[in-house]
Amino acid sequence: MESNWMYSEVVKDHFVNPRNVLEDENAFEADGEGVVGNIKCGDQMLIVIKVNDDVISDCKWKTYGCASAIASTSILSEAVIGMDLKEAYHIKPKDIADRLGGLPEHKIHCSVLGDKALRAAIEDYYKKTGRDELIEEQEATVICQCMNVTDIDIETAVKNGARSYADLQNMTKAGTVCGQCKKESEELLHQYIHMYAD
Amino acid sequence: MDNNATTPLHPEVAKEMAASLELYGNPSSMHSFGRETRVKVEEARERVADFLDADTASVIFTGGGSESNNTALKLVTCTDSTCVRCPATRKKIVTSVIEHPSVLNTVQKLESRGVPAKYISVDAEGKVDLNQLEAEVTDECALVSIMMANNEVGTIQDIKKIAEIAHRHGALVHTDAVQAVGKLPLSVRDLDVDFLSFSAHKLYGPKGVGVLYAREGAPFCTFIHGGHQEEGRRAGTLNTLGIIGLGKAVEIASREMSERELRVRNLKNRLKEGISSSIPDIHINGHPIDNLAGTLNVSFRGAEGESILLYMDLEGIAVSTGSACASGSLDPSHVLLATGIDAVLAHGSIRFSLGGFNTEADVDYVVEKLPGIIEKIRKMSTMYSKSGE
Repeated sequence: MESNWMYSEVVKDHFVNPRNVLEDENAFEADGEGVVGNIKCGDQMLIVIKVNDDVISDCKWKTYGCASAIASTSILSEAVIGMDLKEAYHIKPKDIADRLGGLPEHKIHCSVLGDKALRAAIEDYYKKTGRDELIEEQEATVICQCMNVTDIDIETAVKNGARSYADLQNMTKAGTVCGQCKKESEELLHQYIHMYAD
Repeated sequence: MDNNATTPLHPEVAKEMAASLELYGNPSSMHSFGRETRVKVEEARERVADFLDADTASVIFTGGGSESNNTALKLVTCTDSTCVRCPATRKKIVTSVIEHPSVLNTVQKLESRGVPAKYISVDAEGKVDLNQLEAEVTDECALVSIMMANNEVGTIQDIKKIAEIAHRHGALVHTDAVQAVGKLPLSVRDLDVDFLSFSAHKLYGPKGVGVLYAREGAPFCTFIHGGHQEEGRRAGTLNTLGIIGLGKAVEIASREMSERELRVRNLKNRLKEGISSSIPDIHINGHPIDNLAGTLNVSFRGAEGESILLYMDLEGIAVSTGSACASGSLDPSHVLLATGIDAVLAHGSIRFSLGGFNTEADVDYVVEKLPGIIEKIRKMSTMYSKSGE
């Protein structure tokens, strides 16, 4: 079994022995709560945090999803306990995948939602404590160099109904010149459809 | 418990194939080495013909179920007026929404080349809507292609009735019988189909070899062109070892099938009862009566299929799932969605497919391990809360 398991040993360990599972929602008095995911695509994630002096003092979670969704939320929860809010706010999917010893490429976009759920939980905490000014616009990365289309543009297009690469091209003009960004745009498209589509 | 994916080689098949390893002559050669191989190939053809209740000339050996399906579907696109065996001017294909990808993707490709196609829907138990079929099979329809038994939920279609409807309108009939051959008694004469596909590795035979039955006199268009093998209907030097193994597998099926399927059905019922009595909030997919003896498709509410599959894998149990996560796409099983169940149930589906080599001990082991696995996943799940909470 060991040699042909489809994920890394770290993933297996967190899948078999998940840490910090939220067992009793009512008993956990959360300071911030975030839910992300699209149940039609098969993943949903809830992260709850307790905050003390702008440091995450506790983090628990629930996940409906595959092995890498479970493992990535588990390892994230372990990593952020004791972490400064600002640092936790900027964790990226790749950081989680790296901690897991890597994930299959197609799993990173669809199953690593923990960073987004955590971000949502932290923003929830900022709102509840009246510190909305700490909520940041996400930094944009240019995906299509020819037409200067960013990941946020793609996210916005999906929020506005883009569901295929053709839709995306129509709405953002991404990939309409040299076409080199097609693969990356499509991956982002799928990721955002996963997060936002009904 | 994943016998719909593939089956182990029957020991008698392995023995027959091993005994034929030295038989290297090309069955198309005229010399004695070639003839020696040809005798074995033709013996296999006779076994298949007997088993299907067909003429030997209607049995074409192929590279497997997908090739057989492709061949049957693509013959409708032939526009070569000099190709005497090809169908005339009709083009339309009528199929169903729950077909195997080797049918669905082929029909979609043909649509992009201008072939009109209709996909008949199914009811909650996976039965093709015969009223809709009747309405779609018009006089423009060239081919009706409906699978005999579904690989995911095990529902068996009334192919005889479907063939009757199709023929009334002058359309040809193909059935993808990959999951049915070796599990159900069938006669191509009685069913009155023009084409039927099956694959050896689903009935304890080798991989990479299959059959396309093509009724004598039915229009035909060669898919793989080249030499004169299979009477010019499928070029390429024959996969002699595979064909010998296929012939043996079919011969064994003709002896063992009825007893084996009865035993497999009893095992499945034991599994179904074991799961139903120990795990709440489940949904059994497929038809309650017209189903394959060994196929049990169960949805576990609030538990995601890939996780269930992998926890079972860690216990040494092999199953498959209709969850999107397992396929690498964003959509769960097209078959389950077609039956109208919600996405959460489709993502939480597990297919157990039992075969002749499974035992009561295997079933009891699954029933012992599975409740704990489902409970563990549901405790972590955002999509499950125990009734009453």
